[in-house]
Amino acid sequence: MKKKFDYKKLYLALILFFFYAPIIYVIVFSFNDSRSLTNLTGFSIRWYEKMFRSRSMMESVYYSVLIAVIATAVSTVVGTIASIGLSKSRRVVREVVTQVNNLPMLNPDIVTAIGLMLFFSTLSIPTGFGTLLLAHIMFCIPYVMLSVTPKLRQLDDNLAEAALDLGCTPFQALWKVIIPQIKEGIISGALVAFTMSFDDFVISYFTTGPGINNISTYVYSTSKRINPSINALSTLIVIAITLILIVMNVIPMIKQRRKRNEEIM
Amino acid sequence: MKSFRRLVYPYMVWAALLIVAPMLIIVLYAFTVGGNDVVPFRVSLENFVRFFSDSIFIGVLWRSIKLAIVTTIVCILIGYPAAYFIAKLEGNSQAVMVLLITAPQLINMLVRTYAWRGILLNTSFPAEVKVYIGMIYNFLPFMILQIYTSLAKMDKSLITAANDLGCDNRKAFMKVTLPLSVPGIISGVTLVFLPAVSSFFIPKLLGGGSFLLVGNLIENYFVTTGDWNFGAAVSLIMTVIILISMYFTRKLDYDKEAR
Repeated sequence: MKKKFDYKKLYLALILFFFYAPIIYVIVFSFNDSRSLTNLTGFSIRWYEKMFRSRSMMESVYYSVLIAVIATAVSTVVGTIASIGLSKSRRVVREVVTQVNNLPMLNPDIVTAIGLMLFFSTLSIPTGFGTLLLAHIMFCIPYVMLSVTPKLRQLDDNLAEAALDLGCTPFQALWKVIIPQIKEGIISGALVAFTMSFDDFVISYFTTGPGINNISTYVYSTSKRINPSINALSTLIVIAITLILIVMNVIPMIKQRRKRNEEIM
Repeated sequence: MKSFRRLVYPYMVWAALLIVAPMLIIVLYAFTVGGNDVVPFRVSLENFVRFFSDSIFIGVLWRSIKLAIVTTIVCILIGYPAAYFIAKLEGNSQAVMVLLITAPQLINMLVRTYAWRGILLNTSFPAEVKVYIGMIYNFLPFMILQIYTSLAKMDKSLITAANDLGCDNRKAFMKVTLPLSVPGIISGVTLVFLPAVSSFFIPKLLGGGSFLLVGNLIENYFVTTGDWNFGAAVSLIMTVIILISMYFTRKLDYDKEAR
């Protein structure tokens, strides 16, 4: 029997090509020898050299990472604690906090952003690193709570009660009984928070101050001129994300294999 | 256990300050205009009157809504077959496809849009088409993944049952698969329409300065001209439009479920 032409796979291949075309384009043109964004003239690494020499570009990478790390750490801790408190609160309180948390997740980013900008200006807080960090923590916490709350709902209340009856302090009950059971939710919440913070442009754009740029606001501010070193920067980001994805997908595989080996032995 | 309740109190203060207060301040700004030395501001509907009596502003608003609707429809038309085909693949290939579609999304949206600028630079597409390409590129993955999730959750034996009861494949799709995937389409619509209608850096990077959307209007009034009252009014108008359209989209879903 003749094999039927597989138009489904072709369709999916075309979709993937559409998604990856700009990424391939950026990588190819980051090694281009000329300024042109349309003609390839030869191979060079001059845009990488330029990128590493550009202080403002390196600073934007530094701020992106720094803000994402601090915002993730703070929002994960605060979000987890708030979720635990919320799960023991009265229904009314739960409903209200959930609705309020929905605001920044459902509102367009630009509305959240100008709200914060007006808020900082009303309190005459000068914009800069501090306001940028506050804004990131603010929009990350609801995502952490969203991923921790379902885990708390599955939790058996009796376990924490038992720990308290057996002489644990509330803190010990929290740390030794509750946290280990909701660990997965906390980790996935932290991952979401990190990507949200690292990718954010709109909220950062309106809440940052002079001289403080993350990668997004830097790219936006220089987009008027043609600057091929942004291609070099993009390529580095692509490589970093690919490495992280590989590590994240390979580690569970190795763990699983090791477990299987132990079972066999 | 009840003592744990107190853990949420600090967050409630924080949320009141950083989530609720900013929203109230937007409303306050929208319904006031800058005053003089005697009164700092006065309450007025001036901003809204100014917006709705100017055909340029109405044109920008209409263009944004049209762009968001067309983007959403195109995303459904391209995304549905893609999601459907992925759901038909073997288990392992499904996971790989989902990963391949998710991976580019981890790269900064701005960086990806900037890349399209380079590609589109040597094409002679009109600004509008370039903006559409950027929009569809950025939002199509949301649609595919949402529809795929609802298709993957579906009980496959329902199709077999429909076939046994005399439906051909086409009829089984129309009567079983499609209605069951509506919740996926609806959440996809929410994820595409909302950022599309408020987007401002995609039109700015790909359309040049010529293609103005509501998001650009808001940006201009906050960053360039500094007329925050009018900017706040424009964003309030946009939010209300989004709320209304979300209400109707959700209602569509509930009506379906109720039936």
